[in-house]
Amino acid sequence: MPDGSATDTATASAAHASATRTATRSPVRGGVGSDADRPDGIPKVQGRFGFSSDAFAEGMLWGRTLRSPHPAARIRSIDTSAAEQMDGVAVVITAADVPGRATFGLDHPDQPVFAADVVRYQGEPVAAIAAVHPEVALRASSAVEVDYEELDPLVDAEAAIDAAPIHPDGNVVRHIEIVHGSPDDASGEVVVDGVYEVGMQDQAFMGPESGLAIPDGDGGVDLYVSTQWLHVDRDQVAACLGLPPEDVRVTLSGVGGAFGAREDVSLQVHLCLLALRTGRPVKMVYSREESFFGHVHRHPAHMRYRHHADRDGTLTKVEARVVLDGGAYASSSTAVISNACSFAAGPYRVPHAHVEGWAVRTNNPPCGAMRGFGSVQVCVAYEAQMDKLAAALGMDPVELRLRNALETGDRMITGQRITGVAPVRECIQAAVDLPLPDDLGGPLEFPGGTGRTADRQHVRRGVGIAVGYKNLMYSEGFDDFSTASVRLELAGDGRPAATVHSAAAEVGQGFVTLAQQIVRSELGVERVQLRAADTAISSAGSTSASRQTWMSGGAVQGACAALRTHLLERVAGQRGIDLAGARRQVLLLRDGEIHHVDEGWSVPLADALVAGPVEETYEYHHAVTEPLDERGQGDAHVSFVFAAHRAVVDVDVDLGLVRVRQITTGQDVGNALNPRQVIGQIEGGIAQGVGLAVMEEILLSQGRIRNPSFTDYLIPTALDMPQVEATLIEQPEPGAPFGAKGVGEPPTISSTPAVVAAIRAATGLDLRRVPVRPDDIALAPSDS
Amino acid sequence: MTQPSTVNDESVTYGLRVNGREHGVQAGWLGESLLYVLRERLGLPGAKNACEQGECGSCSVLLDDVLVCACCVLGADAVGSDIRTVEGIGQPDSLTDVQCAFLAEGAVQCGFCTPGLIVAVHDLLDRSPDADELAVREAISGNLCRCTGYGRIFAAVAAVQRERADA
Repeated sequence: MPDGSATDTATASAAHASATRTATRSPVRGGVGSDADRPDGIPKVQGRFGFSSDAFAEGMLWGRTLRSPHPAARIRSIDTSAAEQMDGVAVVITAADVPGRATFGLDHPDQPVFAADVVRYQGEPVAAIAAVHPEVALRASSAVEVDYEELDPLVDAEAAIDAAPIHPDGNVVRHIEIVHGSPDDASGEVVVDGVYEVGMQDQAFMGPESGLAIPDGDGGVDLYVSTQWLHVDRDQVAACLGLPPEDVRVTLSGVGGAFGAREDVSLQVHLCLLALRTGRPVKMVYSREESFFGHVHRHPAHMRYRHHADRDGTLTKVEARVVLDGGAYASSSTAVISNACSFAAGPYRVPHAHVEGWAVRTNNPPCGAMRGFGSVQVCVAYEAQMDKLAAALGMDPVELRLRNALETGDRMITGQRITGVAPVRECIQAAVDLPLPDDLGGPLEFPGGTGRTADRQHVRRGVGIAVGYKNLMYSEGFDDFSTASVRLELAGDGRPAATVHSAAAEVGQGFVTLAQQIVRSELGVERVQLRAADTAISSAGSTSASRQTWMSGGAVQGACAALRTHLLERVAGQRGIDLAGARRQVLLLRDGEIHHVDEGWSVPLADALVAGPVEETYEYHHAVTEPLDERGQGDAHVSFVFAAHRAVVDVDVDLGLVRVRQITTGQDVGNALNPRQVIGQIEGGIAQGVGLAVMEEILLSQGRIRNPSFTDYLIPTALDMPQVEATLIEQPEPGAPFGAKGVGEPPTISSTPAVVAAIRAATGLDLRRVPVRPDDIALAPSDS
Repeated sequence: MTQPSTVNDESVTYGLRVNGREHGVQAGWLGESLLYVLRERLGLPGAKNACEQGECGSCSVLLDDVLVCACCVLGADAVGSDIRTVEGIGQPDSLTDVQCAFLAEGAVQCGFCTPGLIVAVHDLLDRSPDADELAVREAISGNLCRCTGYGRIFAAVAAVQRERADA
């Protein structure tokens, strides 16, 4: 067996248990609300945790993908014969070797497993090789002869709307128009315009795409892989292999971060094809360079905005036009543009709005899910607009936001009334109430850091604020349910122990911790093990859209409730109590015992389990939503989450260097089920927001990626990271399991525009594009 | 575990001393990095493969007490050196103070950068127990983490420094 298990069941030792809160429902240690320890923490600090790149099987081969060097080309011919004849090469496969459906795709299957006749982006797979050693596979890949006829790539997203189609499905993946109120008639006394751009960001998870496929000898295959959603991987692999889904069994292997990039298929189909063709286990690990070509990125955006307000600062109308570059294939573009349009006006009361959005195909790298999912791009624009408006009104930017902040009962621009908690004002107030950082320190803390390039006289400080929001869970009628089963039995030592089975992908966020916490609180059992996430159980939905705490948390809670009922019925049967005839609940599971409310006796849980284990499975569904209609109106979303960020930056205006000194935030979390993990999500999400603000961009030149490495694509290091101070706004969300909202995405939404606002404040420049590059500051025209 | 095959005509057989134990590399390809040899030939996958060009520190190991990226050292070049990997830090049933602090402070999320950081932080605190905040940041800046934003990692280092100073 490979090192495929994503979870380790060892319980963290008491030496570093640090429960700082009282559990909400039972006195058991490590329940909901406590800072329970991660079940996978000990193996992770020991280097024993099995990531997908650590997988190993006796006699395994190494897979490698051959990718197109051209962003747009016709394939005249592919000759694999020289590669196939090389010593140590087991097989070379191309599009002709795909036995099932030739294409895959999250939303609809528009992307070829291998390009057959047309290449639509640089890095598109053309062939795959299995060989005895990775170096042999690499050499074989250069021996495959592909004759390309290069074409002019379509790389301008605006032009793509009307350009000749690069794909049979056309260039416009989705067009959305939102007409809210009476935008044709409405106006305001003050109007501000702006054009904004967001560059292409990479998720840059640390663990590269990797996996191991093992043929079962009976035509089926077992796949151990890093992913965000086991069941859509399985379904896509099975379709392309021409197999029934049950012949493709997917097990989550240790995942080295995800952030959206593992929602789409990368190497899954290739690996299984190679394993089935060779009859041997095949392992594949992308290099960092290949990883940049092997997964989708955050959509670059081009946005044109016009805000209207009355003199007192009341917003009257927002007009926006949003174009997202989806690259060559659809991925999740239809949902990303839907989010971008839904949240295009920000968390503000806007009575009239007209928003038009496009997601288009180009010959740029495919784009799809990344933390924040469409909300990030528009937040850069609408928050810049709010600052512009504040300046035009002569009003404090914080005051303008407070005046227009959404609250419960308000309608968003899709017409949906917000029924859950909406503490927008509280988030803003919390972010601005936290203390400002000290003045400029020593030269090592200047922009440029230990490079000691900055001159104190040229360093200017700026402060900026931004607010953002987005949806939790999937929207527009999608039923992204989650399934979990919980089993309760006596362990070898005669004490009760629970086991949770769920296909929810643990990608680092800590759902494995929450699953244990929920069972402890619901059943009063401290020992909770987790089975590996796999497709032996039904789907848990994707680890995305900040949804697992709510959805899979709800599924685990539901399974516990069913299991409790089952146990109580068992005890009632043993004691001759007629539960069905009782007019109220007479038996309760409390503190690890089953109590009779009236008679006062109790049975230890362990005694109730002597008759055998109890297991229940529960499928959790969120409230039904509906698609946006032709005017972009409808109750499309389940719930909303809000956050505000204040950024403080020091800028060397001569050199264009920025040091982000501090980010403060107020974040709407519902209830914090594990505050230590919430803080981890907030700090990590802010790091990605800071990265997008000042350094992270996939640089494209005529469709070609110029910086596919960690040498040239920079993510924040320990020296770049600002001080972070967070206030959790805890207002339980009605209808949410434990009142908790997802917390992963909000830190990444408004942190970016807050930093850009602070740079504008420091420099006086009208910065319209993120990331803000040194050139944008140091070489800005003096009159701007 | 059976060692993987090699590339014909470019193979080399040698021994490596890892965590105080002698290991044989049979017919390895000369071009294999120390990282590959540790992970794929010696069954020591603790050092991780995130960039394979010395930018991310995920593969940090000690080579004769010097912190290096194992991806940038040839396996065959490490003959005669003392190699210490994350597997050689702490015991299976007893964690070091650094490992405990990483867990207690919440410095572990996906955990892919964690083994490299455990090695790097031990090295830093052995060499510079009193490193100030900026020195800690600089020392860790060679270890990229995409999940945590480093805040809990700084907290873990500070906790170990406090604990060691009090001891």
